[in-house]
This record gives sequence, C-alpha cells and structure tokens, in this order.
Amino acid sequence: MGEKSPNYKEDSSRTNYTAIVQSADFQKLMHVKKRFIIPLTLFFLIFYFALPLLTSYSTVLNASFYGSITWAWVFAFAQFIMTWALCMIYSKKAGEFDRLTDRILQMRKGGTSQ
Amino acid sequence: MNVAAFTMFLGIVLVTLLITYWASKRTGNASEFYTAGSGLTGWQNGLAIAGDYMSAASFLGIAGSIALAGFDGFFYSIGFLVAYLVVLYLVAEPLRNLGKYTLADMLAARFDTKKIRGFAAFNTLSISIFYMIAQLVGAGALIKLLLGIEYTTSVLIVGTLMTVYVIFGGMHATSWVQIVKALLLMAGTFIISVIVLAKFNFSIPYMFEYMSTATPLKETFLNPGVKYTEGLDTLSLTMGLVLGTAGLPHILVRFFTVKDAKAARSSVVVATWIIGAFYVMTIFLGFGAAAFVGTTDIVAANAAGNMAAPLLAQALGGNMLFAFVSAVAFATILAVVAGLVLTGASAFAHDFYNEILRKGKAGEKEQVKMARYASIGVSVISILLALVAQNLNVAFLVSLAFAVAASANLPVILYTIYWKKFNTNGAISAMVVGLISSVGLVIISPNVFSPDGSAILTGEALFPLTTPGLVSIPLGFIAGYLGTILSRQKVDEAKFDEILVKSNTGMDTIHR
Repeated sequence: MGEKSPNYKEDSSRTNYTAIVQSADFQKLMHVKKRFIIPLTLFFLIFYFALPLLTSYSTVLNASFYGSITWAWVFAFAQFIMTWALCMIYSKKAGEFDRLTDRILQMRKGGTSQ
Repeated sequence: MNVAAFTMFLGIVLVTLLITYWASKRTGNASEFYTAGSGLTGWQNGLAIAGDYMSAASFLGIAGSIALAGFDGFFYSIGFLVAYLVVLYLVAEPLRNLGKYTLADMLAARFDTKKIRGFAAFNTLSISIFYMIAQLVGAGALIKLLLGIEYTTSVLIVGTLMTVYVIFGGMHATSWVQIVKALLLMAGTFIISVIVLAKFNFSIPYMFEYMSTATPLKETFLNPGVKYTEGLDTLSLTMGLVLGTAGLPHILVRFFTVKDAKAARSSVVVATWIIGAFYVMTIFLGFGAAAFVGTTDIVAANAAGNMAAPLLAQALGGNMLFAFVSAVAFATILAVVAGLVLTGASAFAHDFYNEILRKGKAGEKEQVKMARYASIGVSVISILLALVAQNLNVAFLVSLAFAVAASANLPVILYTIYWKKFNTNGAISAMVVGLISSVGLVIISPNVFSPDGSAILTGEALFPLTTPGLVSIPLGFIAGYLGTILSRQKVDEAKFDEILVKSNTGMDTIHR
C-alpha cells in the first residue's frame, strides 16, 4: 500500500487513542452518531413532555377522537408507537455505526502488525 | 388460608430454588457472581431487564392507579416506557463498553480516584435500599392480604429467599429468576387482558364508552387531572420517570451481563417491546378492575388500590386465577428484590471493599466471599428498615429512587461519556448535589409533612411538590457544570480521547 498509515500504537502495549480519534473513520463515526442521536433525542423528549404539558395547561386533548376516546388517550398511545418506532430506527441505524466501528477496530490491528 | 394460592406460592419458591441450585454450580468467580460471566444473550437479558424493571409497583400499583384515577394513573406507564429511549440512545452502549461490574467502574474508567468511586457506590447503595424498602413493605402487606401470614413473617420470608438466590446463585440465579418472572407476569397480564377485552366484545370504543359511566368519576375518569391537579407536580413526576431509569443502578448493571455493546443494544430493544406490551395492558387491568370490581371494593381492600389486579382476577376467573395472579405478584417482588440485593452488594463488595480498601488486589475467592457477606449485610439492613417502616406510607420511595437516580446518577453518567471538559470536581459536585437535593426536597415535601397528619409528620410542607425531579435534576446537571468550570483542573484531552474511543468502540475494554 502506497500511503503511510498513521501509527495507532505508541509502543507494543499502549494504544494511541488521540491518533484514533483523529482518524477519518473515527471522525466519520462521531459525525454520523451526532447527526442521528442529537436530533432524535430532542424529538422524543419534546414529544414526551408535550403530553403532560398539554394535559396540565390546556384541555385541547379532552376533545373526542372517536366516541368516548379522547385525544389524550390517542397521544398517550402514540408515545408507545413512538418508543417502538425509535427503537427500530435506532437498531437499523446502528448497523452503520457497527460497520464503522469494525473498521476502526481493524485499523488498530493493522497498526500493530507493522 | 387460600389453598390454591398457597400451593402456587410454593411452586414459585420451588422453581426459583431449583434455578438457584443450578446457578450455584456456575458461580465460582467474581465475574460469574456479578455479571453471570457476561454470557447472557440479548434476548435473555432483554427479558431479565423487563423482569428486573416491572416491579410490584408497576403491576399492582399502576393497575390500582388507573382503576382509581383513570388517565392520570397511566402517566406512570408512559414515563416508565419512554425512559428506555434515554437508555438506548444515550447510555446502554457506552456503559457496556466502559464498565465491568458496577456503575462506579464506568466513572472510574475516566476518573480513577477513590473519591468518585466512593460517592458513586454510596449513591448506588442509597437508591437500591430506598427501592428495596418500598418493595419489601409492599411484599409484606401483599402476602398478608393474600395468604393471611403476618407482616413480619412475610417480610422475613421474602428477605430470606432473596438472600438465598443472591448468595448462592449470584447474577446467574438473579437473571433467570427475573426471566421466569417476566414470562409469568406477561402470561398473567395477557390472560386478564383478553378476558377483560372479551367482556367488552373486543371493542375498544365500547370499552371507553362503558368506562365513561362505570365509575363514580363518570366521564372525568377518562380525562387527565383527577389525581394530578398541579401542572408543576405532573411535570416533576413525569420528568423523574423518564430520566430516572437511565440512572437506576439495578437496571444499568444488567448491561454488564452481555458480551458487548451490540448485545446491550438488542437487550434494550427486546426489553422495550416486552415492557411496552405490558404497560399497554395496564389499561385493561385498570379499566377492568374499575368496571368489574368497582371502586368501593378496591379501596376497601387497600386504600392505594394495590389489590385491584388480584381482585380483578378473582372477579373474572374465580379462585384459581386469583391464586395465579397473586403468585405472579409474589414472583414479581422476588425477582426485583434479588436484583436490588445483588446491585447493593456489588457496590459494597466490589467498589468499597475490593477497589478502595484492597486497591483492586483481592483474589477471586476473596471477592466472591466478600460479595456474599455484602449480600447478607444489604439484605439484613433492608429487612430491618422494612420492619420499622411497616406502618409508614412508603409508596413514594419508588419515585424517590427514580428522582435520586435521575438527579445524582444521570448527570454524572452523561457528562462522563460526552463532555470533554468534565472533571473530578464536577463529577463529585453533580453526585453530591443531586443526592442531597433530591433526598432533602422529599424530606420537606408533602410526602413527609402534612397539616392533617396523614403523612409521616404533622406540619406544613416547605416544598410544595410531591416529587423533587423538576428541581433536583436540573440542580444535578448545573452542579456538574459549575463544579467543572469553577475548578482549576486542566482538561486532560488525551484521557477524554481514550474514553471517546473506548465508549464508542469497546477497544481495549471488550475488543482486545
């Protein structure tokens, strides 16, 4: 291989973590994680707190959705759907994290064999 | 004495003791004792998390709350479930990658000082013991109601069983007792739900229609605001519920029982499906009890509504179903308290004894021996406290445990994983302020003081909210922030790089 790969091991036993953090793969992993985790975490927290806020400070959710079922129950059940959906979305997205993580772990092994 | 219930209780005891016997042969070293050798699969651990989490407070308490307060009772179910998103998105994988046996291990991966380990272990012990007192007092009252055995004897029976599981079977026994319990609880809840739904012709709109006239609350039963009339109180409760789980030590240690971050992730996903399905069914339990047992009889059996689910079982399926559901409630209590004993004991034996006193040099045999002594110690303390607290209303202790977990543990966990500038000073500030503010605010809250003497002490509460989360959780985060920026410690960037690599990849911790 033509280009010189950075040294991920300072000596035989210690890992050079700073070099790994600065590597392109690791930076990519951080970037992908941040762009996924931060917005979705904000989303589920807002979605969750919207329920007690709406029930405490307004009566809009007391309106009927279907017969005696009010919007409060619909929104409450939507919290369950939201939780399950975000679980599945995370699992799916985590496949991408895993591929990058494996590359980083491989890269370190490559570093030791030189 | 209810013969069917007694027989099923004995059945539960027998099965759990067999599990313990099997587990005892595999519990030879510290890693087997604390984490079942990290050998559980994601599925097994997901079931065990569900078994560890769905406490008697969930099964009996929420069913009762919904039966008596309608929609407001359901807030618990929602908060307890959505909390798993915080665990999945922010905590589970980094925790698995950084930790070994305890929560303090994870913090020590970044800040290797005895002080931090000591404070973290102290918080773990406090939370686990608060939680356990609530469970044991509930267990004593429940067994007294179901089997007519005296309170003291009931607490001693549960206390002895939990100690036996943990000292002989460690995490292997604890996990499998929790797995069996999760399956039994789901089966029991499912059977009742189907019968309730059948009574409503499997029509959800009809069920709601019926409930709008079935209780003394009439249509307000279906609207929020029956139990929680103060907006700030509702917010404080819901905040404690959603942020507490990710700081509960007995849940967090479960992630060390699987081999890596991927398995930790899949265990949360499995747990979330099971726990979600269970909490959806709490609607049927609560509605069913309100409709077919009736408010008067539920309150007559127990003012807080804790007997709603067993009474519903009796109303729907006679004595056999009553006996089965009671036995399920018993198994539920056993599985949760076993997890709490193990967690408290590991904080004591691993963190205080091995890491702090023995500087990590205790041999395997010595560690296991100490863990067993610690288990006995934690059990004895909890049993004594539960006996003293017999006549106190301790239901608030579960929400206190959640509030302490969210205020004292969650800030330090998140900062440790994600904040580069975080330092030991900030970590200690966050843990101390989180603990003192949450416990302190509860001591001056309406749970402890009430003017009419219905709480523990008579007098005016200085703090108006029944749960401290709304104030104490932000205080924990602010203390961690200020403690960090106001101290002169230099930022150790290399150390944070190491934590960043380890927490994201498991390099050098799991993947060597």
